Formats: sequence, C-alpha cells, structure tokens
Amino acid sequence: MSNGPFGQKLFQALLRIDRRIIFLVIFLALSIPIFLGLRIDITVTQEVRLFYNSVEALSSGSRVLLSFDYDPGSEPELQPMAETGFRHLIKNHIKFIIMGLWPQGPMQANKALTRINEVDEGFLVDNGDTLYFGRDLLVVGPDTIRYGIDFINLGFQAGNELVIQRMGSSIRAAFANDARYGRPIDQFPIMNGLNKLSDFDLVINWSAGYPGTVEWVQFAVDRFHVPCGAGNTAVQAPQVYPYLDTGQLSGLMGGMKGGAEYEQLTGMRAKATMSMVSQTAAHIFVVLFIVIGNLAYFMTRGRKKEGRA
Amino acid sequence: MKREIPLILTAIVGLTFVVQFFVPHYPMGFLADMFSDWFSIIAAAAIWLGALNLMRVSAEKIYKREKDRFYAGVTIASFFLIVIIGFFFSGGRSFQEPGTRFDWLYINIYTPLMATMFALLAFFVASASYRAFRARNAQATVLLLAAFVVMLGRTPFGDWISNVLFLPEGWGIANLSNIIMNYFNVAGQRAIMIGIALGIVSTSLRIILGIERTYLGGD
Repeated sequence: MSNGPFGQKLFQALLRIDRRIIFLVIFLALSIPIFLGLRIDITVTQEVRLFYNSVEALSSGSRVLLSFDYDPGSEPELQPMAETGFRHLIKNHIKFIIMGLWPQGPMQANKALTRINEVDEGFLVDNGDTLYFGRDLLVVGPDTIRYGIDFINLGFQAGNELVIQRMGSSIRAAFANDARYGRPIDQFPIMNGLNKLSDFDLVINWSAGYPGTVEWVQFAVDRFHVPCGAGNTAVQAPQVYPYLDTGQLSGLMGGMKGGAEYEQLTGMRAKATMSMVSQTAAHIFVVLFIVIGNLAYFMTRGRKKEGRA
Repeated sequence: MKREIPLILTAIVGLTFVVQFFVPHYPMGFLADMFSDWFSIIAAAAIWLGALNLMRVSAEKIYKREKDRFYAGVTIASFFLIVIIGFFFSGGRSFQEPGTRFDWLYINIYTPLMATMFALLAFFVASASYRAFRARNAQATVLLLAAFVVMLGRTPFGDWISNVLFLPEGWGIANLSNIIMNYFNVAGQRAIMIGIALGIVSTSLRIILGIERTYLGGD
C-alpha cells in the first residue's frame, strides 16, 4: 500500500481521531435500524434449541421455577428472553413460580408479565369476581392465567446460594409468604405438593452475574438433581458453557442473539429479533474500527522505525 | 474471647456444611438448615447495614464540605425518597406490584438510569477497541482474530458473509464461532473453574481451621 506524505498524514489523523466521532458512528449504527424497523434472518444454535426442547418436553400442568437474577442494567438482553419465556410457558399451559436472588428480579418479572399482558392483545381484567382480585387474572393472547393457580410471585430472598440450598430441603423455609399479598404460600393451589426444589419439573434462570446460573447449577442441579435451563448476558454466557457440554445445563441462551433465536423457535418474534440488526451493525462497525486502528498503527509505526533508523 | 468465639463459630458452621454435603441426614441436615436460616437473617440485616453505612459516608461528605458533596446529597435524597414511598405510599406489602408509586419510580427513574449506565458501555467499548486492540504480537493477533470470528459469528452477518464468500459447509463464520465457544472457550473456562475451586477449598480450610484470620479485621 502506498504510504506517501498524504497517506502518512491520513493514518496519523486516524490514530488521533476524536472519540466523539466513534460515539456518533456507533449511535447511528444502533439507532437507524431501530427506526427503519429492519429485520434479519437468524440461525438457531444448538444450545438455544436444547433450551426450547427442554420446555417443549414438559407436559401441560408441569410446574417450573423461574429465578429472575438480574436488574434493569441487563434488561435489553434478558427481558426479551423473559417475555418470550412467559409466552412459551403460558402457551404450553405450564404453571410457573417466580422468585429472585437479586432484589430487582421479581420486579423485572412483574414488568415482563405486564408487558406481555398488554402487547398480546390482552388486558388486565378488573372485576371483583375473580379468585382473588381483578389484577390476578392475566390474559396473554388466547390464554388466561390466574394468580395463585397458574402462577405466583414469591419475591426476593436474601442469602444468595444458601437460598437455593434451603429450598432443597424446604421451599416454605426460604419463602414463607408470597410477595403480592404476604399470605402463606400454602394458601395458593399452585403450591400443592411443592415442598422442595426437586419437586419442580424444571428451573429456568435468567442471570446477569452473581448469584446466578453458576450457583443454580452447583446447588440445584448437582445437589438436588433438578434440570435447569438458563438465559445469560453475552458477557456471562462463556463462563457457563462448560455446564452445557456436561449436561448440567439443559439449554442456554446467550445475550440478545440467544433471545432472538428463542423468539424464532417459538414463532413469537419480538424485541430481541427487532434489535438484532442494530447489534449486527454495531459489531460490524467495532470490527471495522479495530481494522482501521491496526492499519493506521502499523503504517505509522513503520514510518517511525524508518525515522529512528 | 472477641477473637476466639468467632473462630469457634466459623469452625462449627464450616464443618457442618462440609459434612452435611456428604451426610445429609439428622442431625447434620437439621444443623445446615438452621445455619442457612441464620445466614438469610444476617444477609437481610447486612442490606440495612450497607444502606446505613452509605448514609453515614454520604452525610460525612456533606458535613466536611468535600468536593463530591452534591452527589452525596442526591444519594441521601434518593434513598429517603424511595424508602418513604416504598414503605408508606405503595400499598404496604404489595409495594412492588405494577401500578404502585414504588413501581412508578422503578420503571420511570431507576430503570432508565441503570439502562443509561450500561448503554454507555457500547460506546466506550467501541472507542477502547479502536485505540487499544492492537495485533502487537502473535498472541494478541490470535486474540484479535478470535474476537473477530466470535463478534461476527454471533450475529446474522456472520452467516451472510459466509454465503457471500462461498465458505464451505462447516467452515462458515458462525460455525467457527461455535467451535471457539464450545471447545477453546470451554477448555479455558474449565481450567479457570478448577483453579478457582481448588483456591476456594484451600482458603475455606484455612478459615475453618482458624489459620486464616484476616476476615476478623484488626491487626
């Protein structure tokens, strides 16, 4: 490549480029696809298919424990998975019990349930004739689920992995009351026969760090032999890949791409699918930036060596 | 006795958890359950301890008129706002439910603030990659190439470019990305996991046996 005075100046300028220009390019790469509503085809990976299959394998009426172990910082990656997860479970008539090892987790669950209730042509039924209160009846697409019968929110419990350990011998010892009304969980029909962790048919963990998937595998899977599927942030996913290979995890979704693949499998294309073009564009630009940065670095470094010689 | 009693408690609790993992029957199972309940109570109290400590540190900054006292004031005001609204104006026990004032604050203030903090990462990662991610030597070049393959392979663009370049079946960027994640990454992560586990075992033993005492504080 020609590296004359003009080229040299160009490469020097590239090395000193104002970071605000990089910020602007990334901003445009992320935002333009969102406004244009662009879509892109997604290939489904084996680990996401395994997760999907583990839910599909459950019979109607099975009970699944959903642990929400993340906060709003990880919402763009994990909330689409959680929403699709709810839709998937509701569509297959699977009952679910919500909890959180992170204080914000159960609120994220409420947020996801409220959203799918509103978006899927559902509505919050508000009449006093339902089993408990009006807001306990959620309509999601063609299905209706009732609080205490089809789902329940146990809330947050402090104690990290020791909460999982305690649930291994007694769920009631870890969560005596539900989070919505503060009533003993025995009053809710969904909890009939659910005494310890191994009574669940599946544990699903949405995780952004500690405590999260690693702890669920080490305590719930290894100790109490409950199958566990997980959705992780893209940063955390590489750490839990070893558990997939050994069968300790029955499926794994990593980052927004994992969420988009799950949406594709369930046929419920939503937020993750819509955001994939933005993420793809951002990745391409980051790669281009690295290539340009290296090119400029090597071109100017060669000239410096010549100068020194 | 200030040091001996915590050391004895630590030894009893630590040994109980180790033994009950292999012998979960009475009385070890019962003791482990009891200690787990104690831990939950202590962890819940620690949340309040942390909150009170945050208030003390922030109040000190304001009292001493330090440089960051404005932010300390915002911290204290935000803390009391969310605590008072959560406790007294959000329906009591159901304060986290959709539609409460606490939920409004969570959705409209807390969530956007957290999302903004983490969204900034995308911009800083791009800028840092441009400036610092250099193929200075063989190892850095391998890391760089692996990063390219995984970054592109984890997006639909990887499939597209593989088709455009007529890459043979099994050699597409997405497949290469999966190979890196499922083999190279897993091997590395296993090594790290085993190393960490051995470190935890040795440190735990030192703590249970009272050899490691730095967690007690003091000299």
